[in-house]
Amino acid sequence: MKRRDSLKTLSLASFGLAVNPVEAAVPAPPDPKPLKIPGGRQKHEAERDAKLMAEKFFTPHELQTVTVLSDIIIPADERSGSASQAGVPAFIEFMMKDQPRNQTPMRGGIKWLDNTCVKRYGKPFVLCTKAQQIDMVEQIAYPSKATPDMTQGASFFSMMRNMTASGFYTSQIGIKDLGYVGNVPNQWNGVPDDVLKQYGLAYEQREIDAWKE
Amino acid sequence: MDPFQIQKAPTQYDVVIVGSGAGGGMAAYTLAKAGAKVALLEAGGYFDPADPKYITQLKWPWESPRRGASTTRAFGDFDAAWGGWDIEGEPYSAKQGTEFYWFRSRMLGGRTNHWGRISMRFGPDDFRRRSLTGIGDDWPITYDDIKPFYDRVDKMIGVFGSIETDFPNEPNGHFLPPPKPRLHELMLRKGAKSIGIPVIPSRLSILTKPINKERGSCFYCSQCGRACQAYADFSSSSVLCIPAVKTGNVTLINGAMAREVLTDPKTGLATGVSYVDTRTLQEVTIKAKSVILSASTCETARLLLNSKSSRFPNGLANSSGVIGKYLNDSTGASRSGFVPALMDRKRYNEDGVGGMHVFTPWWLDNKKLDFPRGYHIEYGGGMGMPGYGFGGGIENMNGRFPGRDGKMKTGGGYGAGLKDDYRRFYGAYIGMAGRGEPIPLESNYCEIDPNSVDKYGIPTLRFHYKWSENEIKQAKHMQDTFEEIIHSMGGTPLGNKPGPENNYGLEAPGKIIHEVGTVRMGNDPQKSALNKWQQAHDVKNLFVVDAAPFVSQGDKNVTWTILASSMRTSEYLIDEVKKKNI
Repeated sequence: MKRRDSLKTLSLASFGLAVNPVEAAVPAPPDPKPLKIPGGRQKHEAERDAKLMAEKFFTPHELQTVTVLSDIIIPADERSGSASQAGVPAFIEFMMKDQPRNQTPMRGGIKWLDNTCVKRYGKPFVLCTKAQQIDMVEQIAYPSKATPDMTQGASFFSMMRNMTASGFYTSQIGIKDLGYVGNVPNQWNGVPDDVLKQYGLAYEQREIDAWKE
Repeated sequence: MDPFQIQKAPTQYDVVIVGSGAGGGMAAYTLAKAGAKVALLEAGGYFDPADPKYITQLKWPWESPRRGASTTRAFGDFDAAWGGWDIEGEPYSAKQGTEFYWFRSRMLGGRTNHWGRISMRFGPDDFRRRSLTGIGDDWPITYDDIKPFYDRVDKMIGVFGSIETDFPNEPNGHFLPPPKPRLHELMLRKGAKSIGIPVIPSRLSILTKPINKERGSCFYCSQCGRACQAYADFSSSSVLCIPAVKTGNVTLINGAMAREVLTDPKTGLATGVSYVDTRTLQEVTIKAKSVILSASTCETARLLLNSKSSRFPNGLANSSGVIGKYLNDSTGASRSGFVPALMDRKRYNEDGVGGMHVFTPWWLDNKKLDFPRGYHIEYGGGMGMPGYGFGGGIENMNGRFPGRDGKMKTGGGYGAGLKDDYRRFYGAYIGMAGRGEPIPLESNYCEIDPNSVDKYGIPTLRFHYKWSENEIKQAKHMQDTFEEIIHSMGGTPLGNKPGPENNYGLEAPGKIIHEVGTVRMGNDPQKSALNKWQQAHDVKNLFVVDAAPFVSQGDKNVTWTILASSMRTSEYLIDEVKKKNI
């Protein structure tokens, strides 16, 4: 609103002139789109999730950088796929919107990485050769050994590492990789015998007796 | 419709109960079974752990876009508590230099839907701490008064545990078989015992054997915090409220935010409750012959303090002026550790029941220590389902323990070696947390904030709470003990040992969610609001059955005592009505 217009509004309002019917002062909200609420979510949570999903945080360049970095952190190997195959970049994108305190360290960290790569190799990170990318990562992947000009990069890389692990090991691929075999109805009968033997442990007699019919 | 019109429900109920948690659920169940017509008010929505609409149990982390992070729910997306320490439109405050965090669950069953199911009885000493130590106060009842009700709650609701002979202040109950310890729990026990610290089976209200046809038994998913669709753990929603409604004697009203207990200006008796319908924002009045409050320790105090009239200018049942005072939460401090012997573990399903299979009851004599009350220790660890935050901080870990080749490496890293580290470290962490008894103080209280209302127009609470030296010294002792236990099992304590700079890691008041004491019971009407039946000294048809009446809390989680005392009070009310005293 221009200053002239706001003065106009002010003068009308301050003279108590009703410029519009009161109903128009607060327009009715648009008809809400029907939202399917997933089981276990409250309505306001489902609405918030849907809103965040519809938003975009990363630019294509940023998303590409996150993807390359996450696959350097957790690559595919003989047991399981890579971070990007497990959907880690989309998870990180969501966490930027879900917890906005992540945004500045992540966006700024990517920018720091690109600035540093341009200085060292003449190109932003994703356009560097694989060898250059690894050379760069080596400078920031070990916080206790980072040189003073690399400490901000080391903090950023630790954030990337932690978000990548969080996203990977909570995916179907990651949970299988880890060998977690729970979250199914079962009967707990205690630690398997071979494991007890391996650790030199045994149950007390009363613990065994408690389960005898 | 005119928003200021007050709706009056046509019926007069025998009893109106405010709150559907452990205390309100037990009162509704007991009274309905006895044939009373009950109105049960719950500020939050309906909740049934068996209805797919509400179920989070057995969901996988990827079914949450934030992988279960705690952005919108304090204990994460899959936790069954609606609400938390902050609820939009329902503020509270603290006086300068003090703090209190107030956790609320707005739902049928309240906070019992997600709690730890730790179900310990108070022991004989817990009811007479002043007599024994000269500090704090005695209860107006003894263990023998409440023991028969503990016995009945054990049988009716179910609790597992073990018969012990070495702990006279941890009374035995009617126990279902306890689950066998997990691997890290066996290691903890062996280590702790070697340094004289006992570790015994925990006591949780989870059905390891079926106890009736209405409820299933535990299928060992470790997710009690998500509420159980088989009704195999105790939630007030599934075990008390829903069965109470099924009797046909209970009218459950959800979305009823109680605002005031109404009284007859002539007789001074309670006549009902006025509430705000949270959907329409209309004021509704429920009439009843008796009123039972179980809105939670702080919410009950708030309701009474807000129920002012010319006859009760300081709030209802508050001629003593004690309401709001002696607010006390459990102390809490914790530490985690890493157990190298558990690296590269064999994989198998060790989910077990929700929470710990073993714990440490208080084992020392405070007469020989520099703090007056004890604590118990809860344990965690194992190959749990990964959630948000998995693998966090590996850069501080994988440089501290040798790799597969036996060589040390630099912390952090990337690539195949890092991926292998995550696998190797999985399941090798342990955690422990002390939960201790504080000294209830008159100077720790909640009161009505003169400057603030919630979105329903109801004046809000302002807290004034500070820990004393007693609790800080207790936390110091916890930290020393935690390190000893971790070392005893060959583990490495993680992080820095909390010291005096942060009260030895003592959690802020309210963070343990065990608050009690704001409407205390006692024999002297000058010093207490309720008599030994949890009946108001000033208003004979007004009762409180949550944890607000409790004089102290032991180092025991208070739910089992809420259930036993609510049953006791409800039956007293039935007797008094039969005798025509009420």
